[in-house]
Amino acid sequence: MDITLDLNGTSHRLDVDPRTTLLDALRHDLGLTGTKKGCDHGQCGACTVLMDGRRINSCLTLACMAEGKEITTIEGIGTPDQLSPLQQQFLDHDGFQCGYCTPGQICSATAMLEEIAAGWPSHASGSLEGPFDLSHAEIAERMSGNLCRCAAYSNIVAAIRQAAKADALHKDAA
Amino acid sequence: MTRHLRVDEPIHDSPLDQMAQGVLGQPLNRLEGPLKVSGRATYAAESRPRGMAYGVLVQAAIPAGKVLGIEDAPGAIAVIQDKRMIRYAAQGLAEEGPKAGPEEVEYMGQAIALVVADSLEAARHAAQNLKIRYDVQDVPVDPTAVVPELPPKKQSSTGDLDKAMQQAPFSVDAVWHTPTHAAAAMEPHAAIAEWDGDSVTIRAGLQMLSSNRKQMADALGIRPKKLRLLAPYVGGGFGSKLGINAEAVAAAIAARELGRPVQVVMTRQQVFDLAHRRSETRQRIRLACDHEGRLTGIGHEALVSNLPGSDFSEPVTQATPFTYAAAHRQIVHAVARIHRSCAGSVRAPGEAVGVTVFECALDELAEAADIDPVALRLRNIPTVEPDTERPFSSHKLAEALHEGAERFNWSERRPPRQRVEGEWFIGMGMATAVRVNQLVEARAKVTLGPDGRAIVETDMTDIGTGTYTILGQIAAEALGLPQERVEVRLGDTDFPPATGSGGSFGAASSGTSVYLACEEVRQQIAKAMGCEAVDLTLQNGLARAGNVEKPLSDVIQSPLVGEGYVEPGKTEKSVRQATWGSHWAEVAVNRWTGEVRVRRMLGLFSCGRILNEKTARSQCLGGMVFGMGIALTEALEHDPRDGHAVTRDLGEYHIPCHADVPHLEVHFVPERDPYVGPLQAKGIGELSICGSGAAILNAIHNACGIRVRDLPATPDKIIAALDP
Repeated sequence: MDITLDLNGTSHRLDVDPRTTLLDALRHDLGLTGTKKGCDHGQCGACTVLMDGRRINSCLTLACMAEGKEITTIEGIGTPDQLSPLQQQFLDHDGFQCGYCTPGQICSATAMLEEIAAGWPSHASGSLEGPFDLSHAEIAERMSGNLCRCAAYSNIVAAIRQAAKADALHKDAA
Repeated sequence: MTRHLRVDEPIHDSPLDQMAQGVLGQPLNRLEGPLKVSGRATYAAESRPRGMAYGVLVQAAIPAGKVLGIEDAPGAIAVIQDKRMIRYAAQGLAEEGPKAGPEEVEYMGQAIALVVADSLEAARHAAQNLKIRYDVQDVPVDPTAVVPELPPKKQSSTGDLDKAMQQAPFSVDAVWHTPTHAAAAMEPHAAIAEWDGDSVTIRAGLQMLSSNRKQMADALGIRPKKLRLLAPYVGGGFGSKLGINAEAVAAAIAARELGRPVQVVMTRQQVFDLAHRRSETRQRIRLACDHEGRLTGIGHEALVSNLPGSDFSEPVTQATPFTYAAAHRQIVHAVARIHRSCAGSVRAPGEAVGVTVFECALDELAEAADIDPVALRLRNIPTVEPDTERPFSSHKLAEALHEGAERFNWSERRPPRQRVEGEWFIGMGMATAVRVNQLVEARAKVTLGPDGRAIVETDMTDIGTGTYTILGQIAAEALGLPQERVEVRLGDTDFPPATGSGGSFGAASSGTSVYLACEEVRQQIAKAMGCEAVDLTLQNGLARAGNVEKPLSDVIQSPLVGEGYVEPGKTEKSVRQATWGSHWAEVAVNRWTGEVRVRRMLGLFSCGRILNEKTARSQCLGGMVFGMGIALTEALEHDPRDGHAVTRDLGEYHIPCHADVPHLEVHFVPERDPYVGPLQAKGIGELSICGSGAAILNAIHNACGIRVRDLPATPDKIIAALDP
């Protein structure tokens, strides 16, 4: 079937098998292999992308369901020469080792910080109403859909907290 | 020219300490980091050669027997059953391909065919709808239901342990069980094979390219030089990619048969079935000590399992003979031959479960003898290796124990059930960390251009270990270059062979080969400068000798090439090489639900020279959390009827997640080990698992008074024993 994907700000026309997941369309049809397949069952989070700004598992989404949505993958977040502030913090804090879960962690964290800003509570939040303290426990709870077997967890949380702190300072100054 | 070193003698004064760049050991960011955080690093299944077809492995649905026939599937280009397809993965460092012949089934889940189609969707559908006829054979699948083998070389006994146990005022005699563990690297095993005439290039997730090349060539029946393997980025290994596996062999066979490139990616469930598992273990530990806590007897009996005829058996007791001294000792190693999937190396084979259980037993002895667990360990550190009386190459356990106790505030530990916060019991536990150390053969090539840029080439892999970065740092230090002027190329069998990533030997071994290659280049620069190599200083692209200082571009007219080759020598046998450390954990145990929360953990490790403090620390974090999984959540359960792995996905095999892991603290005990060569660096990737789980299990006991000897310590086991 013919579909059109709005991907990282560009429109792509594709002829895909109706069974094709968004993840496989990205990796196989579009050659965007930054989005990783770790389990294909929504259990590991390696395939996390943003759909209209919200984080989703692209392995649990059919490509045809993504029509008309704005999709952002890791390739749309930054480039090796121009990393996003969050990507730079992952690099500085060594928030990865093998790097395979990393694009998913970064996409997930990007949306997660927006969720906090929007006042969404988590299991670890002290109350249902924001604002929320960006504690280790708060971040770790919200990032638990993204597994990392190298277990860079400590460093990932530190990277996210630092990025959020820098962003808040930036906003205060502005 | 090749600079060769056989490590026969200790090297006390490392030439690296005379060098001026000051980059070695620095906590630099990973060289390949920008590619990884931006999704541009390309892993095994991430190239798209023109005309590529997709293959899906088909698995046996019987525990053992014969495949009588497979009905062709609509939608597939081919259903490939080739007698060269392998039954299980090659063991690490094997020189030949593993057993082939998919028509015979040895365990449920074995790969028996490959379905190929133009798209993954079509191949997957066809593979799921095959009709397969079998002749089923009845086989044992339970390790406790067979009479195990007792390999004579793996048993040992000194003195009279039974008598020591009878006479000792304090003793422990108990049995522990650990379940099957999975490496569960985040990148599933994958390969893309592409032929050009009679030569094939295979891009795959592999840890050890030089031996993988031999295994693959043997499996395919071609000469090694007709085969190129590429593994520039590997999405985690933890042992599961030490040897070639079914997907890469099948991809190569299919690509040849169909005359087009073929990609095969294992599903996550297939990874659990086809990657080597860490054998379940049954461990009986016997310990005896006198009134002062001096060990008089140590017994460690292990039962593990593997398929009939498989050489590997989990070396559970590997560290037991040299960790603590006792006059009466016994080691028993039994192997049950059963038809579960193939067992092999998973991160820190042996110590990961052996040290973990042993250190739990020691905690029980400390309690029985009413001695502080730290004091008990300090009292039993041997001065030389028991039995052989060889000296240790370096031994920092005592330092790791003292410093750890202080940093963790161990003195605040209370007797069990004394610290309560609301509905939580709080407790502290500790354990020794120990892992054998090894140096292996490695080769590398270094090219220094007149532009003052260097290129390092070796078929070594970086599986997340930081190899790109540390090899770059070694070359930058030895050649006096800023790190950004060194390019490191790995994961290609066209480069000089290293042994690869495994057994924690990668960094020290390939690092030494890179250092030697740089020494060779330094020699050539010295010659051009008219001085001796020892009088040459290289820094920031300048060469200095005596009163002369010149930019490298003035010294070098054409690229200088050096090759390095290191191999283990007499120090492998003349001393006992090991790495040491200590683990500390504080947990909270819920008195109603039995839930365990790790509140803080601290690890101290001595691994010789630290090549990059940042990546080394990350390796330790990873190991500590791996141990947390062993203690609390990880179990690959087998169906008692047919042996198949039941919890074969990431929703049911519970590796630790973000919410399980608090902020962790890692420190290094300063150490240099002269017996491992000029780098004076030892293995780091596995030490931090060995004992980490024991610190947690011991903390659980300190919190609520419960000993869980059937790992992992899931809430059901704790709640059953809790008396709130």
